[in-house]
This record gives sequence, structure tokens and C-alpha cells, in this order.
Amino acid sequence: MSASQRGSNSVELRKDLFADERDDTLKEIGRPTQRQDALGHVTGRSPFYDDRRFDGLLHMRCVRSPHHHARIRRIDTSAAERLPGVKRILLGRDVPNNLNTLLSLIDFGRDDEPMLAEKKVAYIGEPVAAVIAETERQAREAVAAVRVDWEVLPHVLDPEEALAPGAPVVNEAWPHNVFEYQGYTHQKLRFGDVERAFARPDVKIVEGRYQMSPIEQAPMETCGAIAAPEINGRYVCYTSTQALFFSLGTAAKLLDLPSSRLHFIGGTVGGGFGGKVDSIHEPLAVLAAMATGRPVRYRWDRAEEMQVGAPRGAERWYLKDAITRDGRIVARHFRGYFDCGAYTRLSSYAVVKAVGHLPGPYTIENVSADVYCAFTNRTPATAMRGFGITGVDFAIECHMDKGAEAAGLDPVEFRLLNAYRDGDMKAHRRLAKNCALIECCQVAAEKAGWTLGPAFAVMASNKGGGGARAAIPETAIDRDGWVGEGAPAPKPAPTPSRPALPEPVAAAVQPPRPMPAPAPAQPQPVAAQEPTEKPADKPYQPTEPFTRGVKKPGAHRFSSVAGRRRR
Amino acid sequence: MARKPVEFTLNGTETAVFVEEGANLLDVLRQGVGDLTPKYGCAQGGCGACTVRIGGRPRLACLTLAETVVGAEIETVAGLGKNGALDPLQDAFMTHFAAQCGYCTSGMLMAAKALLTREPSPTREQVVQAISGNLCRCTGYEPIIQAILSVAEGRTAGRIPA
Repeated sequence: MSASQRGSNSVELRKDLFADERDDTLKEIGRPTQRQDALGHVTGRSPFYDDRRFDGLLHMRCVRSPHHHARIRRIDTSAAERLPGVKRILLGRDVPNNLNTLLSLIDFGRDDEPMLAEKKVAYIGEPVAAVIAETERQAREAVAAVRVDWEVLPHVLDPEEALAPGAPVVNEAWPHNVFEYQGYTHQKLRFGDVERAFARPDVKIVEGRYQMSPIEQAPMETCGAIAAPEINGRYVCYTSTQALFFSLGTAAKLLDLPSSRLHFIGGTVGGGFGGKVDSIHEPLAVLAAMATGRPVRYRWDRAEEMQVGAPRGAERWYLKDAITRDGRIVARHFRGYFDCGAYTRLSSYAVVKAVGHLPGPYTIENVSADVYCAFTNRTPATAMRGFGITGVDFAIECHMDKGAEAAGLDPVEFRLLNAYRDGDMKAHRRLAKNCALIECCQVAAEKAGWTLGPAFAVMASNKGGGGARAAIPETAIDRDGWVGEGAPAPKPAPTPSRPALPEPVAAAVQPPRPMPAPAPAQPQPVAAQEPTEKPADKPYQPTEPFTRGVKKPGAHRFSSVAGRRRR
Repeated sequence: MARKPVEFTLNGTETAVFVEEGANLLDVLRQGVGDLTPKYGCAQGGCGACTVRIGGRPRLACLTLAETVVGAEIETVAGLGKNGALDPLQDAFMTHFAAQCGYCTSGMLMAAKALLTREPSPTREQVVQAISGNLCRCTGYEPIIQAILSVAEGRTAGRIPA
């Protein structure tokens, strides 16, 4: 590669902006490197799952619900079974373990979704039968010949309406149309006292309502899988999945098979963006191979990809800020609704991520949030590029512009005034460190020709943090990683200069447990109209202080939410 | 269903295959002939992943009835490059990072090949126009445009891959 090409592809690295950036020169970061799969791509030889050829390959397509919400009275496959080429029609009763939720593999949530619906459907496009035929066209014709007797039910398509009294129950596993987090109807964040701050006479209140539509990943390669019998009772599955072992574990659970009988091959993904995590195709393709003894392909066409492929879910956010005359946000409240569609998939996790992200990269001394994961009769939502973060960031940054206008300030300067500084206490009671929002804004303003006032041009993330901006102590965590109330001796705010030695790798992880920990084995019924909360019994007190660097098994769920960092 | 024989030239080789009435060229190339380089993206002419050249022109294999290509000269990515060396376009797509997931790449290459055969020195606008029927959901359009322009300007020559 010529030097000029290398130059044009290089990234500008601004290592000077970060307080603890390592100063040795890295060999790869910031330099172009040939992708290891590039030769396969440009020669058309990269092995996507559908590039596997099998003699006698059968084709599978699903009979899908035309209704948002309906009871299945009867499925009549007799006419379809007589059509030429039809090998087998699978129904819910053919699935060995026909109820699952994806995150059950990490022991989170409740089994709430059948592979093929038996009693009722809860979104348009939900599969109720799978036709296996010699050709794709024969499968399509047989799908059209399956007769389903539906009893249409009332439906709900809006998350707030779903939580209102009298709303139709979308999913019987969640009778109040809301995902329950260890007995709580929602994820909560409490930091300081927002109500007192909202009542201050010297603040302006700024409110806003924001929402984001579902967004389909729309990969160029539609989702699919090919499964075939191997020898000795094993099945091979070639798949487009983004999450090979997730798909394998899900198939083993739904089919009630030991995973040693499943041979999964993936790794070449024709675009994923989160839409190839849900492991929809692999279990059904393997079941079809078991039922027919032949290789079977289950591939969504483009219309199915767009209609039943799980998108990033819709979100709605209500924000309320209290802003002082000099432009400081002193309180921020969030009420958020995630539309998770008819089944959980990964939406429960999206909410945990979102709440972990609040209130955005700003130091605000009073923050509260109530965020709901609501079930509606829409397509289930799942992972999609920053899901859980992108929607609320959109709301936060729109609201920052609104706040700047209300405060009569330049929108960039308003952000700089409120940005995290090193040593500030974040709303999750963890210290902010290695911040660079101010510097990023300064560089962006400079490149855009946006002039900042002299006081703002010299602001820095490593100046002015801590002290009164870290008045509330860090959360205490015990040796097992559980969150507690007993605060350890407050650590002094870090000095702005570069630390002399790197700290040991922190195991600062915490599972999404409510605080205080609820008493076990008595799940309380949850009233949809007025969410109840568990009474605060005795605050949890760690008997031994948490030692940074000590990792304990079992405390690492959602480590990405807890934000483990390099140091 | 009736099947009939169809003969055409695929990447310079005479090819004969039985096709079902109504079958599209994409399925016939992939399943009948075994050339897996054209990709299935939508089967409704919306994405360009199945683009091949027929008589030198870019065509969507998914919307081409297989029965209509009797006697035609069809070219796919499998025919790019000579004697083990990459075609300059393939080389340029590698060095310009013009392939991310790789699923649109076959179609992009054939659309670009058709352009450069017709117009060896295209403008940027002509390049953009030539690939306007090819979607890249990784949205790597700019590197793709740069790769095609680098070939047009003689900056990438093709090579034997390491």
C-alpha cells in the first residue's frame, strides 16, 4: 500500500485529550490494516451460510399471523399436506420445549415466547406452522393452503396505553404488560433529591417529550440457516447468526437436546447490526432436519426480514430539567418507556443499559428515572446498534438544545458548563474519570468554525472537577460485588495530573439488582396502573468492603452495563 | 413443472442447464450451475446484490428469467481476474477497505466492471450513478467509490494475492 493511501485512510488520534492515555505509540491503532476476510469478499468466495450446497435440500416457510392479536381456534393443514412436494408441516406441539426467552441462557427473565405459537398470536407475522417442501415455491403454495381459524382479540400498540388499566394482556407470562425486574415494574435511578431542586425559586423548569420509531437492521443477507443430519445422531447447522453459541444454546433448549448433538458453523455474516442475535432460524431448521431426515433451509425473504425481523424497539421519553440562571442543570428527571413488542427478546437488557447511561455525560446533582419495558402487540424488539442508548441519547441531546435556549446560552457552551469533569460523582455514584466531552466539543466546534467564548475555549475535563461536585459518596460494593449502602471511607478526588502508575484492573461490576435487595420468594403482584414498590426493609450493609481487583463468580451478569474499564 | 434446457456462456465457458419454467437466473446460477458469487438479497430488484453482466451490461439476476438468457454471455465475479491474479477492481476493493460484511461486494464489483468497460475514465458522478442500484447496509459507499476511481485513474493495477 502506498504512503498516500495510508495517509488518506488514517485516523487522527488525539491522545493528549485523555488524562490517563498511555503514551507509547501503538502499532495498529490509527493505521489501516487489511481485513483478514477481504480476499474472500472480493472473490465472492466468503462462505455465507446459503453458499453451502446440499443434495436434496428441502425448503421451509412459515404460516404467519395476519392479526396483531388473536386466539388460534384450529389449524387445518390437511389441504396443504396433499400438495405436491410437501414433506412435513410442523406445529407448536412438534417442538419439544416450546417456550423460551433468549436471556434464560444467562438466567435472566422468564420464558415467554413459543417457537411456533399454539394458543394465540401476539403480533402480525408470528409463526404458527412451518411447511417443509421440495422447493421454495411449493412451500409458498402450501403455506397459502393452510387454514387457520382465528378469534381476533383486542390489541394494544402503544407502550403507555399497554400500561393503562384495562389494556389487553399481550403476553400471559407478563400479566401487567410490563417486564418485572426482581419484583419491580421498572428500572429506577435515585440520586439526590430532584423534587426539592424543582421547587427552588431560582431555577427554570424545562420539560420535553421525545420518541423514536422502531428501526430495522435490514442486513443485505436476510437471516437464515441450513440444518442437516450428520452421522451418529448429530445435526449440523450452517447459520447467519451473529451469536453462534447463543444460537446453539437456544436450539439445545428448545429441542431438548444435549448441545453435543449440535454442530453449529457460522462466522460469515452478511451484515448483522444486532438483527442476527435472536436465534429464530437455527432451532426450527434443526427440528425440520430431525423431522424429515433431510437437509432443510429456512431463510427469510426480504418481506419477512422487514416485517417479522425484530427491530430496535420504539422508545418514548419524558424529560424535566431544573436550570439555574448561570446555566447549570441542578436536577433532571426521566420517565421512559421501551416498546418491547410482544416478547422480551433483548428489551429487558436494553432498559438496564439505558438506565445505566443516565443522565448523559453531564454532572447533575439530583437525578431520578423510572423506565419501563412494556409489552405491546408489535413485532418483538431486540438488539440494534447501540440499542438502549441511541434513543435516550437522542432525547437527552434534543433536551440539551431546549435547555440552552431556555437558559439563553449557546448550545455548545451549555454542554461544556454541565459536562463531566474528572473527579465528579456520576448519578450512579461512581466517579467520573478520563473524561473528554469538553475537549471533543472544543475540537468539533473548531472544525465546524463555531466560535466559543474565551472562558469556554480554555475549559478542560481535568480542571474543576470533584469537591462539591462529588458531595455524594461512591456506592459501596461488598466483596461479592453486591451493591450496598454502607459507604467506605470517601476517596479523595483524583488529582488532575496523569497518575504515576496504572491501577489494577477493576472488577467493578454489579448485577441489575434493586437497592435494597428484595426479600426472596415472595413476588408481589404488580398493579399496572400504579406500580407498587417493595417496602425498603433494612438497608443492605456489606460486612466486608469490596476489594477492587477481586473477581467473584456469579456477580458478572451484564458486565457491559456496569462499565468495566481498562483501569 | 416443465423443465427445459438453456445454454449460455458463463465466464467464457459454454454452459448448459435444465431450468424450471419461471425460474430466475439467480437461482439457476447458484443452485443449478453452482456459481455462488451472485448473492440473494431481496429477489425483487431492490438491492443489487445479485448483479451480473449479460452481454457486458449490468443486470439483476433475480429479475431475469432464466429462459431468456439462451446464447447470452454472462459474467460473474467468479470470472474476474486472470491466471490467479486479481482484477484491478478486486485489488482496489481490498486496498480501499471497500468490503465490510462482503455481501454486496459481488454486485458492486459487477456494476463497477460494467461501468469501466463502457467508460474507462468515469467522473465521480458516473461512478455514483453506476452503483446507485446497489445497496451497502454497512454504508461503505465512499471507500467503494474511491476504489472504483482508483482503477479508472490507473492507480490500482491488480496483483496476485499474497
